[in-house]
Amino acid sequence: MKKKGWKELTPGAVVTEPGSSRQFKTGSWRAFKPRWIEENCIHCLFCWIYCPDMAISVKDGKRGEFNFDYCKGCGICALECPGKKGNKAIVMEEEGN
Amino acid sequence: MPKIVAVTGNEAVAEALKQVNPDVCAAYPITPQTDIMQRFSSFASNGKVKTEMILVESEHSAMSACVGASAAGGRVITATSSQGLALMWEILWIASGDRLPIVMPLVNRALSAPINIHGDHSDGMGARDCGWIQLWSENAQEAYDNTIQAFRIAEHMDIRLPVMVCLDGFIISHSITRMEFLEDEKVRSFVGDFRQVNPLLDLDNPVSYGPLILTDYYMEYRKAHEHVMSKVPGVVMQVADEFEKITGRKYGLFESYRLDDAEIGIVVLNSAAGTTKDVIDEFRSKGIKAGLLKPRLFRPFPYAEVGEALKHLKAVCVLDRADAFGASFGPLFMDIASSLYIQDKRLLMFNRIYGLGGRDYMPDQAELVLNELVDTVKTGKVRSVKEYIGVRE
Repeated sequence: MKKKGWKELTPGAVVTEPGSSRQFKTGSWRAFKPRWIEENCIHCLFCWIYCPDMAISVKDGKRGEFNFDYCKGCGICALECPGKKGNKAIVMEEEGN
Repeated sequence: MPKIVAVTGNEAVAEALKQVNPDVCAAYPITPQTDIMQRFSSFASNGKVKTEMILVESEHSAMSACVGASAAGGRVITATSSQGLALMWEILWIASGDRLPIVMPLVNRALSAPINIHGDHSDGMGARDCGWIQLWSENAQEAYDNTIQAFRIAEHMDIRLPVMVCLDGFIISHSITRMEFLEDEKVRSFVGDFRQVNPLLDLDNPVSYGPLILTDYYMEYRKAHEHVMSKVPGVVMQVADEFEKITGRKYGLFESYRLDDAEIGIVVLNSAAGTTKDVIDEFRSKGIKAGLLKPRLFRPFPYAEVGEALKHLKAVCVLDRADAFGASFGPLFMDIASSLYIQDKRLLMFNRIYGLGGRDYMPDQAELVLNELVDTVKTGKVRSVKEYIGVRE
């Protein structure tokens, strides 16, 4: 997409298109990557609620795979994940390993 | 008929704010500004204005609340001084970057330390580059008139930027002078209604304020801001012309006093200009061609116009009521020097720092400076580019 010049911008950087942050992909910021372990998942959707971006996909009330276009690797999902019988359904791993 | 009154500068500003009747005001008390907001909150309590007063715990919060209220769609005011402005500093840039037309009287007071409550310009100068418009006022009448005009300038569709209206702490804020108040209806029809371009409270058209803008667009937004600043002088003149029609009082980007045929000149902001003009009259009666330039629109600084107005002088002294530590010269001097740099001719120029922390600026200081200008022209040499005057060795 061709970037806009300074004359074409909305005054004060006001965003007038709702939901346009979908176009702003931040996956490249990540240093740690969450890994989903499906057998430990109870589909409580805590990860979906706590995710500050939109990196958790949900379908029919069930948790799906990560959308890594939006995951910055903050680790909140892994921290909040209750897991099953003491085994976490999300673990953080160093990116690139 | 305008009402002739004897009031303080603060009372004059509070009256202007009352007549405008803004939607929201968030402010925190600080000397010497307190008196404005004390009066204004009485107006709100007594039903004289319909303004929503927001109590806050600091000036940082005051400006933050103003940002929110202005983005929401309200006509918003606050007021501050010195440390209060310093505490707002972070949010000043957000108000201007979001292009929110907040109006804020700034009762100029020295910055700590050492702690001091009196008038000097270090507060306003510290915020001169934060993207706000600054209007400076010599006396209560100018502070009142600038406050009313500030709304029109801030809210102009080509501008949409916040405006600070500066007046000297105590010297103007707490001294009683004769001045004229306009009728309420005249002020109201002059400022008109305010309509935010992209109000947050327009639920049918949802918008977001304050997005993250990184290397890809930040510079374009800064260029856009600089461009808007360049349109401000034209709007200030347009508003001044309309204001003259209802008041008979003429305002420009700056005031020139006996400057057209002058050979020597003083440039000075705010209240000290009054004293200086008296002394210039004395020198004129002795046959010395002295004049004065008093900036009104200080940000954006009208470089071309100021340079044009000063370039015929042989020597000029810039009086600064603030120092810019480490920058070699006072802030006003640096702007005047830049204004003259873009002119072909180089003038003899010097900078004198006066009146810090409310130290009285007396006629003998103006005399001292004017005599030095006369000597400078005679010898063709500047004795010393920067010095403090009225200071004990």
